[in-house]
Amino acid sequence: MTTTTDLGMPTTGTPDGLAHVPHLPQDEPKQTKRDFTSDQEVRWCPGCGDYVILAAVQSFLPDLGLRRENIVFVSGIGCSSRFPYYLDTYGMHSIHGRAPAIATGLATSRPDLSVWVVTGDGDALSIGGNHLIHALRRNVNMTILLFNNQIYGLTKGQYSPTSRPGTVTKSSPLGSVDAPFNPVSLALGAEATFVGRAMESDRDELKSVLRAAAEHRGAALVEIYQNCPIFNDGAFEALKDRTQQAARIVRLHSGEAVTVGTEEDRRVLVRTTGGGSEFVPEAEVGARDVVVHDAHADDPSAAFALSRLDTPEMSHVPMGIFRQVERPTYDDQVRAQVDAAVDTAGGPATDDDLQALLRGKDTWTVG
Amino acid sequence: MTSKTAQTLDRVVIRFAGDSGDGMQLTGDRFTSETAALGNDLSTLPNFPAEIRAPQGTLPGVSSFQLHFADHDVLTPGDAPDVLVAMNPAALKANIGDVPRGATVIVNTDEFTKRNLGKVGYETSPLEDGSLESWHVHPVALTSITVEALAEFSGLSRKEKERAKNMFALGLLSWMYTRPTTGTEQFLKSKFGARPEILEANLTALHAGWNYGETTEDFASTYVVAPAPMPPGTYRNVTGNTALALGLVSASHRAGRPLVLGSYPITPASDILHALSSMKRHGVTTIQAEDEIAGAGIALGAAYGGAVGVTTTSGPGIALKAETIGLAVALELPLVVVDIQRGGPSTGLPTKTEQADLLQVMYGRNGESPLPVIAAQTPADCFDAALDAVRIATTYRTPVVLLSDGYLANGSEPWSVPSVDDLPQMHVDLASEPNMTDDNGEPVFRPYLRDPETLARPWAVPGTAGLEHRIGGIEKADVTGDISYDPDNHEKMVRLRQAKVDGVTVPDVEVDDPTGDARILVLGWGSTYGPIAAATRVVRNAGQPVARAHVRHINPFPANLGDVLRRYDRVLVPEMNTGQLAMLLRSKYLVDVRSHTAIRGLPFTTVELAGAITTTLQEVQ
Repeated sequence: MTTTTDLGMPTTGTPDGLAHVPHLPQDEPKQTKRDFTSDQEVRWCPGCGDYVILAAVQSFLPDLGLRRENIVFVSGIGCSSRFPYYLDTYGMHSIHGRAPAIATGLATSRPDLSVWVVTGDGDALSIGGNHLIHALRRNVNMTILLFNNQIYGLTKGQYSPTSRPGTVTKSSPLGSVDAPFNPVSLALGAEATFVGRAMESDRDELKSVLRAAAEHRGAALVEIYQNCPIFNDGAFEALKDRTQQAARIVRLHSGEAVTVGTEEDRRVLVRTTGGGSEFVPEAEVGARDVVVHDAHADDPSAAFALSRLDTPEMSHVPMGIFRQVERPTYDDQVRAQVDAAVDTAGGPATDDDLQALLRGKDTWTVG
Repeated sequence: MTSKTAQTLDRVVIRFAGDSGDGMQLTGDRFTSETAALGNDLSTLPNFPAEIRAPQGTLPGVSSFQLHFADHDVLTPGDAPDVLVAMNPAALKANIGDVPRGATVIVNTDEFTKRNLGKVGYETSPLEDGSLESWHVHPVALTSITVEALAEFSGLSRKEKERAKNMFALGLLSWMYTRPTTGTEQFLKSKFGARPEILEANLTALHAGWNYGETTEDFASTYVVAPAPMPPGTYRNVTGNTALALGLVSASHRAGRPLVLGSYPITPASDILHALSSMKRHGVTTIQAEDEIAGAGIALGAAYGGAVGVTTTSGPGIALKAETIGLAVALELPLVVVDIQRGGPSTGLPTKTEQADLLQVMYGRNGESPLPVIAAQTPADCFDAALDAVRIATTYRTPVVLLSDGYLANGSEPWSVPSVDDLPQMHVDLASEPNMTDDNGEPVFRPYLRDPETLARPWAVPGTAGLEHRIGGIEKADVTGDISYDPDNHEKMVRLRQAKVDGVTVPDVEVDDPTGDARILVLGWGSTYGPIAAATRVVRNAGQPVARAHVRHINPFPANLGDVLRRYDRVLVPEMNTGQLAMLLRSKYLVDVRSHTAIRGLPFTTVELAGAITTTLQEVQ
């Protein structure tokens, strides 16, 4: 027999992901990057994209104005997962792929924390794929930074679940025959309420997506393209190259037409009769049905279609926020059920309440 | 109304057996509740298939519930039934081998059709071919009499009426053993309150069963089993899983830390998840995880945040959680891991009992990763064991494994409800300020600076200003907790973690040796407590001295255990595995203990163990 209970959603009435996290008083001096820099020596390879992301996060965190002790970074295993050691917040470097599960326990039991997960393409999408999709579908209030370098770095260069087909590595000397995941498509399919993508090298875009992700109430996934100079150098060179960049990167702005290219050579995304879409020169748009990005649409289909513009050749790669919608979070609802049970019973359980629980409903007395 | 004779008995073992869909577990539960209310001591053993509904009327679909009750203290669910209630030919065939000749068998004749007989390979009906003549058989047309009794219920289909036959059987047995039915009536009212006709039908069937016993000449007398002398107190009946859930909630209450359970459904542990899910009023958070690994991860994440983090599972889940438990060893955070053991390897026997996870929980992780292991002994003892597990986890900042098994989990016994005031107080101190000064005299926080007495590190939870720090699975430098690959530091940390677990305070093991001159010791752990106690009683009653002891703490062992083992000419260790505790004892104490093992998915019988003890006695004489 199945029964359902009307939970009377939404339960918190706030879309702010940081609503319950203590902020610094207004009159306190603003934090700086230094406040978030730990005393540990950073040990990534010279030229690693992780340095850039670390610097961006350290300089961005003060903008949130949160109490440092209420920020927690949880990571898995891999190069990127060393991240927490270098931030002077609370941090846990856990085990391979499990960070979203650990963060779920932490975020659900502690609404006063800003919980971050740092993970990589192998950690999040291979060994930890199950935890990632379930954290997203449950919509646990956490921000997931997925550093995607399309390679296993820490184990010295095997192909990963995001490596392009044909990638030659030590474990794929004739080229990888694995079909890769598109992390954004995967997240959208997993019912994620916030999905963004940024380049490690584009600090402004990265900070703006991170900020929106941090302030989102629910699970936010940000895919960050990150270069591995040792095992997969230049994986994103086509997007970094100034001469090609404009023709390839599709900058997403909710409420605006989806376009690519420079001012002089702009192409606009229009719907085709077959239900698909194509980029056409701005001058040829005419009466055609222009695709206007709506990150707040309930239906994720349009965002998913945008995520499919991306191909292994990276001819058109959307960057920015694909999806940003409100949905009751798992942790808010779990806490609401517990709080309601406690409130209905007249407050936290006393010794008498526990005694009544221990006695149960069917007792007898001897002597 | 006829008045029949009443005979007094000191103990009775009844087994209800039927198809999985016949409601035998419910019938057994209700009869148990009536028996408990009467003041008998009791012990129960449900036995059911892993399949929810195996094909009807077949041997794999047989579900049974055995209850042992007496006017004295009861230690086991009983070896052999005095009464078997068989609801169909399959139930008869599957169980008659356990029923001693001369015992009573009540069969539902309606189900003894040619087709049903054929399903289980009976060529002729055992009710007619004389094969049951050594038993006292009561043929009762349970189904048709029930349907007839419900003739007036025009709103119910024949199938719905037939379904009430378990209540008819319960009524009949309640009459036979003079059990009060008021509790069952209350139960039915709360269960079927919203469906008055179903409620009335069940009540009518219950009363019809009672009246049938009273009026039919087939049943000549009723039986009376007087209440057992039990220490004064308020009692309730509990299964091991219920007691365990109550123990966890009580520990959380006494520790002043919220309970967070991360768990994935698995037989026979799921009932703990169910029980705790309904205890939200006590601040309990339950998270049904996406898998076993996540269950442990969620509990560990919550523990990092300052909660009493618990994950519950069975053997296959322990295998999956191993890496996370290892992380908890390295992080030195409190985590309670509950393993309700079942038959293995692999999926094994999901609904049957076994004690074969002992070595897995002791050693089933990479690297040197010691952790305390404790084992519950009886269904009610699961309460105390859970409190103990939380005490050790929070005091020593370590994962703790609490072992129970399918027998304890589903079995039940009366429990003297403790007063909350008498429960152990748990002091959990969270770190709130720096614990050292650095070279410049500045106060600093060192996450791996240990308490000199317990060797526990500080529990500094996120949200505590000034104590920001990083922890992880990479080896830590002593005191600072920084990453360290230094050889000497690793050696030191491995030995420190071991020393911490070795130093957990556990009480001495107590030896039960009433005459004081026993030459052999029977040593057990976990759910063999009842069978061993019952078997030693049998041997002692036959005039043979035998000592008995039971270890709750398997890691670390009680400090006096080695001396106890060496005091006897021979030590017999019965286990439901191939000798796992025996292996630990031999390697640690170099004592030549003897194993007595069985791996049948069932608890030891008293007779079997008494035989093993007697054989051992003969060897030393």
